[in-house]
Amino acid sequence: MSEEITADILTTHILDLAASGKRMDGRSADQYRPVSVEIGFVTTADGSALARIGDTTVLSGIKLEPGKPFPDTPNAGVLTTNAELIPLSSPTFEPGPPQPWAIEVSRVVDRAIRAAEAIDLTKLCVTPGEKTWVCYVDIHVLDHSGNLIDAAMLAGISALHHAILPSKRFGIGEADTPLDVQHTPIECTFVRLGDAIVVDPSFEEERAAQGRLTVATDETGRVVAMQKGLVGAFSPDDIRATVERAFHHGDRLRTVARKGGTL
Amino acid sequence: MGSVGAKEVPVLLSPEGIRVDGRRLDELRPLRVVAGPLHRADGSAFVEWGANKVMAAVYGPREVHPRHLQQNNKAIVQCKYNMAAFSVDERKRPGLDRRSQEISKVIAEAFESVIFAEEYPRTSIDVYIEVLQANAGTRCAGLVAASVALADAGIPMADLVPAVAVGKVAGEIVLDLNKAEDNFGEADLPMALVPQSGRLVLLQMEGHMTREELSRALDMGVKGCHVIYDKMKAALRDRYSAARPTEVAA
Repeated sequence: MSEEITADILTTHILDLAASGKRMDGRSADQYRPVSVEIGFVTTADGSALARIGDTTVLSGIKLEPGKPFPDTPNAGVLTTNAELIPLSSPTFEPGPPQPWAIEVSRVVDRAIRAAEAIDLTKLCVTPGEKTWVCYVDIHVLDHSGNLIDAAMLAGISALHHAILPSKRFGIGEADTPLDVQHTPIECTFVRLGDAIVVDPSFEEERAAQGRLTVATDETGRVVAMQKGLVGAFSPDDIRATVERAFHHGDRLRTVARKGGTL
Repeated sequence: MGSVGAKEVPVLLSPEGIRVDGRRLDELRPLRVVAGPLHRADGSAFVEWGANKVMAAVYGPREVHPRHLQQNNKAIVQCKYNMAAFSVDERKRPGLDRRSQEISKVIAEAFESVIFAEEYPRTSIDVYIEVLQANAGTRCAGLVAASVALADAGIPMADLVPAVAVGKVAGEIVLDLNKAEDNFGEADLPMALVPQSGRLVLLQMEGHMTREELSRALDMGVKGCHVIYDKMKAALRDRYSAARPTEVAA
């Protein structure tokens, strides 16, 4: 595959550039690619959003259905996040069971939604121990050009923000009501390129990266989830600085996540 | 909508011959074709057709996976048709089901009929179709998208392959079934045409039609395919006459 052959040459080039404070696409170390969110892209879903970061495109659809609560949490609803890294989005993705790193994307996004208590699961309960809403957050990666975690999070939380509980369809209530979303977690991902730590890695930068760090923040100033990935290391000072940057970007991305539009 | 509540057969055709969505008997739903919206694929296309939204990507000719499927004298065409969990009213469990596998097979065979596969021995041409929003006719929408994606990928082939479903609704032959017509109609006849040769490379049928009705349905489908064919060509022309302004959203 030509992709593997060019990887080494590109990696050297990317690291050389980073050493002089530059990036291949001309961005600064602390600059995202253009971000946009289109809300309501899929009308068959109870909520949906198409998120783009540069060429990376991710579609998320919410489905809300009645189901049974887990025996250990009879008063709480059920939240399931599932990311499909379909072969359409990259030449290296194969059909079949999800690869470990696809599972990582789902789980990191799931953790941020859960830990931020974006949704008060107790409000999804219909009859304790018997009936509750099950909230499926399905994330479909359409175009993988780097930084899937941030794009998946953005698509997922935007879709949740605009989801409607289909109470009428399932005979649970008189009228359909908006899903109550109380917090807006946002993931910001950074990669190390030599001594530089850059935000929103492109596909090529992810390949060259010497460590990846994702920080999820919410609007109340809490860090709600983190994930270090790839081979590489970060010092405590690196992490502190990265968290500050994650709050800065998080606040900007949150407005797009809530209202849609471009950044 | 959904599974709850008894289903009543709606009135599908007015006395004046106007369909539930206001169309005439031989009228297509609005169709938009975008060539090349994806950046990682060798070729791609997005189709918005009525309330359907379908994305297709093509990779190849590339190495064959799994290796034992490799053929020494020609390329193989592999197709995966998949529906997103949120593409239908009731959430579809992710993964392959029998319906998707059958559709994938007949679509792959339709394309093998037009691709000059002997030019790329020991390779695979992989076609991926993702249904993002479904509203009857997804296999035809997928085929149209995939055909444009194949052309966008530069795969040599005899022709583009437009596709459409014809059906029977309230006793009348109609073009391009919508969801209500698909659910409650009397027959469904998806087909794909090679316009240059006038031959069909995909044909399925379910329901009941007389010989005479079937004959009319075939003519109506072929006519519809020619309209779709023009849109497919226009999409490719747009893609390659401009720099790269193609995006999924309008």
